[in-house]
Formats: sequence, structure tokens, C-alpha cells
Amino acid sequence: MKQYLLPVFVSILILFFWQTIVTIFHIEQWILPAPVQILNSFWQSRSLIFYHLIPTIIEAIIGLIGAVFISIFIAVLMERFTTMRKIIYPFLILSQTIPFIILAPLLTLWFGFGILPKIIIVILVCFFPIVINLFDGFHGVDPAVLRLMTSMGANQRQIFKWVKLPASLPSFFSGLRIAAAYSILGAVVSEWTGADRGLGILLIRSTKSYLTDRVFAVIGIITILSMIAVLLVEMIARISIPWHYYKLKKIS
Amino acid sequence: MKSQSKLKINNLSLSFEEEIIKNISLEVNQEEIISIIGPSGCGKSTLFNIISGILRQNKGVIKIDGIEEKKRQGKFGYMFQEPLLFSWLKVLENVMLGYEIKGFKKEQAKLKAQDLLKKFNLFEYANFYPDSLSGGMKQKVALLRTIAFNSSILLLDEPFGSLDAITRSSLHLYLLEIWKKLKLTVIFTTHDIREAIFLSDRVYILSKKPATIIDCLKINLPRPRKTEDITSKKFVELEKKLISLL
Ligand SMILES: Nc1ncnc2c1ncn2[C@@H]1O[C@H](COP(=O)(O)OP(=O)(O)O)[C@@H](O)[C@H]1O
Ligand SMILES: [Mg+2]
Repeated sequence: MKQYLLPVFVSILILFFWQTIVTIFHIEQWILPAPVQILNSFWQSRSLIFYHLIPTIIEAIIGLIGAVFISIFIAVLMERFTTMRKIIYPFLILSQTIPFIILAPLLTLWFGFGILPKIIIVILVCFFPIVINLFDGFHGVDPAVLRLMTSMGANQRQIFKWVKLPASLPSFFSGLRIAAAYSILGAVVSEWTGADRGLGILLIRSTKSYLTDRVFAVIGIITILSMIAVLLVEMIARISIPWHYYKLKKIS
Repeated sequence: MKSQSKLKINNLSLSFEEEIIKNISLEVNQEEIISIIGPSGCGKSTLFNIISGILRQNKGVIKIDGIEEKKRQGKFGYMFQEPLLFSWLKVLENVMLGYEIKGFKKEQAKLKAQDLLKKFNLFEYANFYPDSLSGGMKQKVALLRTIAFNSSILLLDEPFGSLDAITRSSLHLYLLEIWKKLKLTVIFTTHDIREAIFLSDRVYILSKKPATIIDCLKINLPRPRKTEDITSKKFVELEKKLISLL
């Protein structure tokens, strides 16, 4: 609990400073609303925000789950077959150079205005950190342990099941944590080009109507959702790999 | 008592860019403890890697129970200097893994692992994760996992090398207790002269790289041995002799 005290204190300080500046200099609300105005706007449009929140969360969750499955598939493929690794690796890097904002309208063109193109964007945003971390996890296994398994006559499949898979779980969760942080923003961006519901579309509409206080309110919600996503992953990790946290506690 | 030769190695050699193992021949009898002593980097681990089938020799024959074995993976209980316990498994599950790799079903492996832990006083730690154990305790668990996997011949590569002197001598007694109860055949490497004498029936002395056998010293100290024995006259004599041979 103690570790959160300082950041919370700093946040409150910043908000207070922000409020003071806006009040003293009489800054127009449509340029920079004060924190109190933002809160107020959030409260007034709470049902609207809630209405738009649902599809964004659904897209983020389905996309993240899809990204997990695809990442596991790709990482295992790269781990088991050296040729596959050589083929896939450059494409992995290349995939990260694609600007997703430009991809969004294309996907809308191909797959329509439904949920599918949004999920694809979330997957594209989320899969990279998971694949890279998982693959590193497979490869980070102590060579002495591999030697031990070989001396016992274990084959590649057994080594994978008994050693590489469990040993790579901590780094898998590191990747998943990053992906979870990206997932909400990925869903928001994916809605920019074609949706009738979602935080992304609410953000665009609010900007166009100069409802700057509502824009900030939505940004605040996006931040909070992303934090919740990361915390959820953290919780799942603590439940599924207790031994890892045990080790960390011992080291520190 | 006539003992049968459990493991027999004839003219074993291996080179990488340079020669590492040179013409090594040795013999281990059933229920014997032998040690291989030699300076660091002389090739002791490499020798074990060949015996256990991880590396292939360039020359030489290895016989188990009188039969030449070319594929030797899985035929020994090979234990390394580091415990190499799986941190994601509890003590019981680590020992179970030895049985499971050998081919036992999970349920059966569990029963056998529980038995083994009980027999050798580790049952109270069954549900501990390895990272919560001391170095000596970890090595005990690793020893039991090795035995769970295969106890016909144990290859222990500097098993107590990273432990402090007090822990080490308690592990010596632990190993001797297991050895006596399970009638094991043990080969271990060390660079510690006292350890070699205290535990072994015979000590093979290796030269610097390339490793060849300089001599084999018979340790005719009575068993069971106790920690105080290292101060006995006979022990000190053997120690002197071994130092002169190294
Ligand atoms: N795979 C390998 N390729 C080349 N040299 C090796 C290999 N494995 C071990 N060696 C060399 O063999 C020598 C003996 O190593 P090792 O058997 O580990 O010695 P010890 O266990 O006696 O300390 C070392 O000089 C090491 O550099
Ligand atoms: Mg060594």
C-alpha cells in the first residue's frame, strides 16, 4: 500500500496545480477545462460514457484473448522449428512498423463496420509483446537444465512440456501485461474510422463539438480502464505462478 | 564377498579442438562408492557427460553390467553441481518428476515420491517451493530426484562443491545413509581431497588436461564412517599419500 502513497500524492498535487492555473488565468473551457469541470462533465454524461464503454471493453477483451492464442501459436512454432523462426522473425518486426491508424480504414473497407476489424486491430497491437516475451522465455531456460533433461533421455516434446513451458510463464505474463495496457487504446483507435458505438467514436464526436471537458473525461476513463486491465493480468499472474513471486520476494 | 563390475570403461578418449579426455579406463563395482579427483577444468564434467550419453566419445567402450552400451541416456542418475530444481514445482513434485520421466503415472509417482521423502527425512518440506530452501536442503532434494529417476548408478558431479564446510559434512552423512539403505553404486567427482577419502572405497586421480588416470588409491577405512574419522591417523596418512599423487 505504501508504494502507492507517493504517486497518489503527486497526482493530487498536479490536479490542484492544474485547477489553480485554469482559474487564475481564466482559460477558456474548450481550450483546457479544469479538473473539477472534467469531473462534472463525466458525471453529467455518465450514462452516455457507459453506453460507449461496453463495446470498447468487449473489443479489447476479445482482441487480447485472440492475441494470446495467436502469440502462443507463433512462439511455439518459432521455438520448435528453426526455419520457421528465420521466416517469421523479420515479419514480426515488420508488423510493428505498420501505422495502425492507417490500417483501420482499410480493415473497415474489407470487413465492414462490425466488430471484426476492431478485433483485428487490437490483436495486431497486442500480439507483438506477447510473442517476443514468450519466445525469449523459451530461450532463456538454463542450458544446464536442458543438459539434465537430455541426460535423463527426455525428448524435445517432454523438455518442452516439463521445462520450457513452465519456465517461460513469468516472461509470458510480462508480455501480457504490456499487451493489456495497449488493448484498450487499440480498441479506441480502431473505432475512429467506422463505428456507431465505442469510446473511440465518442472521443471523435466530442472533439468535433469542442466538448473538451468530455474529451478529457473519456481520456481519463481510457487511462483507468487500461490500469484495470494491467491489474487484472497481475492478479491472474499471482494466482497462476505463485512460485515466481516467491522468488522475487526472496531476491529483494 | 565377490563383487560384480557394474560399470566398466575402456580406453575412453575425446577431443574437441584439443584433447580433453585421454585413454581413461576405470571400473566401478556394485555398491561401491568411487570418487574421481582432479584439478578444476581437467575434464571431470566432460567425462560424466560422455558416460551419461550427452556427449559421444571419439574412442573407447563403456559397459554396464558387462554389456556394451552405446546409447546411455537415461541409464544413470546424473546430478550436477547446481541443484537445478524446478522453481515452479514444489519439493514433492520435483521428486515426482524423476519418477514421471522414468515413465510412472502421476498417481504412482506421487506415492513413490512421498515414500522416498519420508524415508530420507524430507517429508516435512514436501510442499515447499525450492526457492524457500537453503542450499544444502536444495541439494538433498536434488539428490532424491536423481535417485527417483534412476538409482542403479549415480553420477554426482561435484555435488557438494558450492556448499559451506558444515553443510557439506552433513550432506556427506546424508549420502552415506542413502547409499547404505538403497545399496547404491556411486561415482562422484570432486577437487576436495578429504571429501574423496571420507566417502569413497577407491579414489581415481586425474591429471590436468588432457585428463588421464594417474593412479587409483584404495581407501580401506572401516564403515560406517563418522565425521570424526577425518582426524584419525589412518585418514591423515591417506590424505598425505593422495596429496603426493596429485
Ligand atoms: N563442448 C565443449 N567444446 C569445447 N571444449 C569444451 C567443451 N566442454 C568442455 N570443454 C573444455 O573441456 C575442459 C574440461 O572441462 P570440464 O569437463 O568442465 O572440467 P572439470 O569438470 O574437471 O572442471 C575445459 O577446458 C573446457 O574448456
Ligand atoms: Mg566440472
